[in-house]
This record gives sequence, C-alpha cells and structure tokens, in this order.
Amino acid sequence: MALSGLDIYKLLPKTNCRECGFVTCLAFAMQLVKRQALPEKCPYLSEQAKSALDAASRPPIKLVVIGEGEDKLEIGNETVMFRHEEKFHHPTGLGFIIEDGLSSEEILKTVNKINALSFERIGCLLRPNLIAIKQNGDASVFAAAVKLVKEHTNLGLVLISKDASAQRSALEIAACGKPLIYGLDKNNLEAFTKLAVEFKVPLVVSLQDLSELSAVAGKLIAQGVEDLILDTGNKNIAEKIWDLTQIRRRGLYRSERSLGFPTIVTIEDSADRFDPILEAATYIAKYAGVVLIKANEPWQALSLLTLRQNIYTDPQRPLQVESKLYPIGNTSDKSPVLITTNFSLSYYTVLGEVEASKIPAYIMTIDTEGMSVLTAWAAEKFTPESISAAIDKYGLKEQVCHKQLVIPGYVAVMSGKLEDACGWQVAVGPKEASGIPSFLKNLQL
Amino acid sequence: MAELVYQKWSGKINETIIGAGPLSIKIGAEEGLPFLFKEGKIPNQPRIAFEVWDIAPADWPDELAGQYKDVFNNPLEWAGKCVQEYQAQAICLRLQGAHPDFGNKSAEEEARLIKDLLKALDVPLIILGCGDDNKDNEVLPVCSQAASGKRCLIGSAVGDNYRTLAVAVLADGHSIIAESPIDINIAKQLNILISDMGIPLERIVINPTIGALGYGLEYAYSIMERARLAALAGDKMMAMPFICFVGQETWRAKEAKAGEKEFPQWGPEAERGVAWESVTAVALLQAGADLLVMRHPKAIDCVRKYIEVSFKDNI
Repeated sequence: MALSGLDIYKLLPKTNCRECGFVTCLAFAMQLVKRQALPEKCPYLSEQAKSALDAASRPPIKLVVIGEGEDKLEIGNETVMFRHEEKFHHPTGLGFIIEDGLSSEEILKTVNKINALSFERIGCLLRPNLIAIKQNGDASVFAAAVKLVKEHTNLGLVLISKDASAQRSALEIAACGKPLIYGLDKNNLEAFTKLAVEFKVPLVVSLQDLSELSAVAGKLIAQGVEDLILDTGNKNIAEKIWDLTQIRRRGLYRSERSLGFPTIVTIEDSADRFDPILEAATYIAKYAGVVLIKANEPWQALSLLTLRQNIYTDPQRPLQVESKLYPIGNTSDKSPVLITTNFSLSYYTVLGEVEASKIPAYIMTIDTEGMSVLTAWAAEKFTPESISAAIDKYGLKEQVCHKQLVIPGYVAVMSGKLEDACGWQVAVGPKEASGIPSFLKNLQL
Repeated sequence: MAELVYQKWSGKINETIIGAGPLSIKIGAEEGLPFLFKEGKIPNQPRIAFEVWDIAPADWPDELAGQYKDVFNNPLEWAGKCVQEYQAQAICLRLQGAHPDFGNKSAEEEARLIKDLLKALDVPLIILGCGDDNKDNEVLPVCSQAASGKRCLIGSAVGDNYRTLAVAVLADGHSIIAESPIDINIAKQLNILISDMGIPLERIVINPTIGALGYGLEYAYSIMERARLAALAGDKMMAMPFICFVGQETWRAKEAKAGEKEFPQWGPEAERGVAWESVTAVALLQAGADLLVMRHPKAIDCVRKYIEVSFKDNI
C-alpha cells in the first residue's frame, strides 16, 4: 500500500538533523513520497522503518523475467485493474506446449512451426514467447526433449514436470536460458525450492486454493525465492476469472506481497479447435501473465496475438505513424496520391490494400494525433485546412505532375471545401480500404 | 491472512425483455462485473442473435455466405434455418433492401416481411434499419406497427435521428437500440434524450459501436468497461444492457475474409474467420456485452457453448 507523506514522516527520527540534505524530516518525507529521494539518505532510520519504506516502494506486482537475450519475456509490474485507468504494461506471454513423448522428428517439426509463428500487424511484429515441454515419461526422455528444443529455439522455455529429479536433469542442460520451472505443489515443495535457489530460475507455485497459494508463496519469499508466478490449476472459466481477478486485486489493493506476482494459466487440451482459443482469449483479457496452450495453428496464434496487441495498447496513446508522404512501390510523378490519417490502423490498412493493388501510389498521412478518419474529422483534426497544409509541408507539388487527391469515402462531404482550400482536384475513394485496389485500377488522372 | 476483495456496487443494470411469447429472452440485470458470479448476481446469460437480411448480401465473404447459400434469397427460410438447424435464440433482421442503393424496398413490403416472420417464428426479433436516415424514418415506424405488441428490439436511434423511431417504439411496445460512436458521453446523452421522449429506461439497449479484433476492438472494450463501472456505481443513464454487432464488424476484417492463397502464413480461412468472430465476441463478453449479433453458425455455436460452460453451476 502506498504511504502518504505523513505516514512516512512518522517513521522518521523527527530530529531535523539535516544530514539527509533537507531542512526538516517532514521535507525529506515529502521527497520520499515523490520518490525524489532515497531512504538511505537518513542515517538514523530504524530497521522497522526501513522495511516499511522498502515495502511501500516495492511495485505491488513483481516483474518476473523468463528466458534470456532479445526474446526474453517480462511479465508483471501491473498497476491497474482496467486498461482505461492507465494501461496494461507487460503483454501476456503466449507459450505452446510440446509433449516430451513425441519422436525427435515430431518435436523438431513442432518447434520449427512455433518458431515460424510471426505476424506483422500495424507495424508491430507479433510473436509467441515461450515453448513449454511437458514430461510424460521418465526423466531422461524429458531432459533429451528439453535439450532438443533448446538447441532449436530462441524462445524462453517452460519445464513442466512435478518430478524434481527430472527438473534437475533438464535444468543442468537449460538453466542458462532462465527457463520457468512449472510443477511445484504441496508434495515437492522443498525439492523445487532448492532447484529455484540453486539454478536461479523463476518458479511457478501451483495450488488450487488462494489462501494456501498465498501461504506457500509467503514461505518461498521468506527463503529468498522471489521470482514467482502463480497458478490456481485447472478450473472452469468463471472460477478462473475470479481467481485471476482476486490475485490482481489483492496485489494492487491490499499490497499482499505473497500474491503480488504475475499469473500463469494452462489451457486444457481439447478435441475442439476453437474452445481452447476462446479460453485463452479470456485470460489474455483478464490479467494472465502467461497463457500456455497446445493449439499452435497459425490462425489460432494470429487471433490470440492480435487480441493481446489490442488489450495491451496504451489507451492514452493510440499507435501512430509519422505523418508524411509515403511512396509505395515504384512511384513516379504520375502516381496517385491517397490521403489518410496517421492512426496506425488507418495507415497500415490503406498500405496493405495499395500494395495488394500492385499500383504504385503515394499515401499522405495527416497528423491527427493518432485519430482514425471519422473521429479525426469529427474532432476537426482531419480538415480541408490540415490537408492543404500537409500538401505544402510535404512538397506534394514537387513529387507529382498532376493535381489530384484521393480522400477516404467516409469524408466525401469535405471534397468541395478541400478543392477550394488547396486548389487540387479531389476524388472520393471507397469507404472501406478493401475497395482501394479496384478503385485505383479505374482511377483516371 | 488477507481476505478476498469483494467490490460492493450500488447500481444494477436494467433488465430488458425481448419477445412476447414463451421464448422471449431477458438480458441485463447484472449486479456486478461480467463473470464474477461470487460478487454480484448475474441472472441472465448473454444471448446471441443470428443476423438475417431481407436481401441476399453481396459482400459477405464466401466462407460465410456459403453457410446460407440455400436460403440466401429468402429471409423467411433463412430465419427458419437459423432456428431449426442452429437453434437460434433470437433473429436480427437487417432491412438492407430498403436502402435506396440496394433495392429501395417500400415500407409496406418490409412490413409484410416482418408480419410473415413473426407468424413463422417463435423466437424474439430484433429489427434494424438500412442506415439511410430518411428511409429508415419512413420504413421503421411502419414495421414497428406491423410488429405491435411483439416486444421487438428496434434500431438504431442515433444522436441526430432518434425522435421518429422513439415515437414508434413507444407506441407499439418495443424496445429501442441507442447507438453512439464509441463515445461514453454521447451514449449517455442519447439515453437521456430517448428517455425524455417517454421510453422507460429498461426499454433502451446501448449499441456502443464496436470494432472487430485487430480493428479497434480495444476502444469499444474500454468504453464498455467504463460505462458498466459507471452504471454499477449508480449512474442510471448508463445502466442499459449492451448490444454488440460482432458479425457485421468481424466479416469486414481482412483476417476473417482473405483466402489462404493470398496469405498462406495465416492458415485456412474457414477456421480463421470463425476464430476472428468468436474471439471478438468473447473479448466483448468480458467487457459486459449482453446481446451479440453474429453471423457464422460455427462461431455462434462456439460462443454459446462458452457462455453455457461459464454459467453452469453459477445461476
């Protein structure tokens, strides 16, 4: 729980000795609350005060890292229950499960399939983050599967096994890549704690009951194991949403340190191709730090990664592209000029269709502070004046020999005023970007 | 030991009844956030209506249109197929053919269709205009009258065109869809204007305007969350159930429509389109959607199962 300036003041010696560099203890407290000063500046803090201040400055939900290097996954450090309150900070890690009982060829094939899942949407590369290897047989098979996967992917690993000796042999191979160990329960607590300490890897704590989960996590923290991820096991969707919501609320609202960790959900395997995707989508929206799933078809991954991108977009800052004149393809001075806004989604949707048309064209994006066409028009950011100004600013006259602009169909109403304002002829394009290819084919300059 | 964190809400969502017969449905009436059954009563499951058109839609992608190709030209048979073959809980009829650019059907023609549909169907009916304000103002009152007493849900009323529809809906005992452009203030303003016309609050359903997965979904998601939180905190002018036109938005998305030939890295379009529509639906359910209007029977089946599984043992 965040402390107020006065709460902090009560913890200070109240001697106004000035050794911290501030005139009074109260002034120092006010700086502490703003995080403009460090508690260490006061040489006379009691142990109790130190730990209270330490707790207050700790983020309510710990940041946990899985994996290593460029592809490492960071989750946690969340601050709100609803994205409009600020934003969700660290996108849910999406991981795919591979059973260790498969043949080497099958494992390799699956790893390569997962490695290849990579989609570009509105200027961002969407990729999964983790590969989870699940133990079914004996320890040596598990270790061999882990070795094989590790050799063929840069993604972070999750080691799923309740068997501490199997985990040990896998960790001896893979610990350097900071994998996540997943399999701790009431029965193997001690052995798994030892593994996490020895190999310095993050650890999942799995217990169905929230109080027990909190108690066990508390014990682990006391032993110095602090890179934890929480799991409440296999439950139905509504119960799972309840658990995830409670863990997030108790971390944020109650500063309950032993639940102040990111969460993980494993989607049960199903014969249906859609059910697991809908379940995973639910937990991406509702606070899961990691979602593990077996379904790894491109269309399944694409829909989940797109949802993650949507939910984790900063609501205060819509994704934008630079506003400028973009030549698409092999443009010449006879190429048509299409106008849209600098909202990423608008630009990339138009871009995709212009590319698909195979007709070289210019796209001129107007700075609408990231608003879409209709919104920007309603907010008077996408106007004859702003478009005229952009024509001059980006030197459109020097780029093309004609004087024709294409505007989005939804703002057809501005075409007359735009012609008057800029002196260019205005053609009204289709309302939906999907109409652009056929529109361009028929466009007479 | 710390305890569970329960949030107490002073407000409650209105309950709207659609349909007049034994198969009428109730939506809304939540006393807490979506799926948090332990915190507040959620007496009604979210419902799904099949979208049916009065003319054969020209721009539905093949994967979708193929599902209805045997009935595409006959709205009566189309709706019948949805009910008999797919156990539709409700039908949403879009009077697209009334649009001056798409056939310009007369008010009388559309009213006759409504009468025939109501005679043939036991499930509740949602009626949508063609989107041309002038034509809708001509057609919808006649259709409203033709459906008098059947407690339909009719839309959409928008900020600068709500009076004509509100008068008709009030007179004929229906409920009204209040549509606002992803804007919480306009949504509230419109609810006030409509209720000033004398329509009881529980006969207003909010269409917050949504974007599909990947196409602005997050804007609608957060507007709905904000509106729902405001309603639960006691704002009566936000306490209406939400209707979301999931099918309409999804099937415009490239990821739902484009063939595998065009984007081999995306996988087969048959699964992709269904996934796109059902993931959009499930995300909006998390934000509080009460009534989904959808198109693909497989997507509807998946989402209905999802709702049933989630509500099992919880009511």
